[in-house]
Amino acid sequence: MTATESSKQARRKAAMAVLAHSASAEISARLEAAALPAHQTLREPENGLVMVRGRIGGDGAAFNLGEATVSRAAVRLSTGEVGFGYVLGRDKQKAAMMALCDAMVQSEELAGLAEEQVIAPLRAALSTKRERKATEAAATRVDFYTLVRGES
Amino acid sequence: MYVAVKGGERAIENAHRLLAHERRGDRDVPEVSIAQISEQLSLGVDRVMAEGSLYDRELAALAIKQSRGDLIEAIFLVRAFRATLPRFGATEPVDTGEMQVRRRISSTFKDIPGGQILGPTFDYTHRLLDPQLAEGFAPEGPMVGDASGAATPRVTDILGRDGLIEPSPQGRADAIVGDLTREPLDFPAERDLRLQNLARADEGFLLALGYSTQRGYGRNHPFAGEIRFGEVEVEFMAEDAGFAVPLGSITLTECQMVNQFKGSATEAPCFTRGYGLAFGQSERKTMSMALVDRSLRARELGEELIAPAQDEEFVMSHSDNVQATGFVEHLKLPHYVDFQSELGLLRKLRKEFADATAAAPMREAAE
Repeated sequence: MTATESSKQARRKAAMAVLAHSASAEISARLEAAALPAHQTLREPENGLVMVRGRIGGDGAAFNLGEATVSRAAVRLSTGEVGFGYVLGRDKQKAAMMALCDAMVQSEELAGLAEEQVIAPLRAALSTKRERKATEAAATRVDFYTLVRGES
Repeated sequence: MYVAVKGGERAIENAHRLLAHERRGDRDVPEVSIAQISEQLSLGVDRVMAEGSLYDRELAALAIKQSRGDLIEAIFLVRAFRATLPRFGATEPVDTGEMQVRRRISSTFKDIPGGQILGPTFDYTHRLLDPQLAEGFAPEGPMVGDASGAATPRVTDILGRDGLIEPSPQGRADAIVGDLTREPLDFPAERDLRLQNLARADEGFLLALGYSTQRGYGRNHPFAGEIRFGEVEVEFMAEDAGFAVPLGSITLTECQMVNQFKGSATEAPCFTRGYGLAFGQSERKTMSMALVDRSLRARELGEELIAPAQDEEFVMSHSDNVQATGFVEHLKLPHYVDFQSELGLLRKLRKEFADATAAAPMREAAE
């Protein structure tokens, strides 16, 4: 894989991660505001399962922990870019929107638009949410202090 | 004469209609929503996901509603649903070290990097019923603290750096990961299969077994090295996309039990370990799982096999509450023919016994 390809893949993954963590309604609102490019469905959105794996001891050999529901879809833009949507849950609409976004991220004309209008605002909202969760947890961190008994 | 046994259909239909009516309860009381169950009975939902072996909050909440809060029935419903969907494949193994931690404690080290984070816990509550909750209660929002620069490495990784604890067993990259949903159980079972079995095992069963090891039935001297729960990202190698795609995050609880040390002539002594991992916030479950995982390693560690919790065939064959309830509850299905044959045999034996005892005094009298 060339450096350009790998950086493109990293960009696609980062966009997918933001979308996967965002609510369907928010993606849909952003996408509609950005105006949808012409595209066709390559894979009808469908629900299925993935077997989630853990590691023995957290860092050892893999084992099967249990399954999770997943939706997936694939689309192709009229300009040829093929996008894939994979997401936990059973929201086929979300998988389809993610596929469309993935295709847009790969398109030279649309990548900027997708980033500005869709991904960036969702990323900001997601990072605020994560930050809030982290600070809530941090408030429950124990601050040990030592009591000195008797004369010092 | 051949007698057809029919006539149950209407009774069954009406029983189901009555069930639906009873499930709704008093119709003057508002109906509970799936969102309410998912948000406000979230630990029940977590348990159904863990033991139903399917991560999907909405489905688990629906199952709890349908089962009227009978969690084993809900688990059964989730397992049945799972069989209706195709499997796309297996995810990349999750990295619990990268968890967005919402709770993380260690009972072995006071000062751990990242600190002891209590999170939303029942620990330290007084276990007094709270009358406020009975009359509608809006709690205050949570406090916020400084979360900057607080990486939370696994405690076992810290111990591992000095070789004080055994390393996790590494598998070959191309090794086939055992899957008990695809292959029937076979003994002895490897640790991957044991952990899969324990992860979906009945919490009460694991709790009792774990407790039994603490009380002396296969003692293994445990410390809770670390318990953490929070969100972990899941990636799936999508063949069509050609790379591992992020699917989103799931909530997991992990327990690292640090157990009695072991050494030999060739190996320096080090702590051994037991591991627990489950969907959702499932602390009791993962702690019990880690205790039982460790006790099931008795054979591998050359320990004397004396207790039920060390017997993998016993543990793994009886841990699944869907299987267990199926076999126990099938006893209430009609066994009319079986029972009639037993009854016939018993009557015959009793008659033989009566004839023999009636004949005996006569023999004695004759002698």
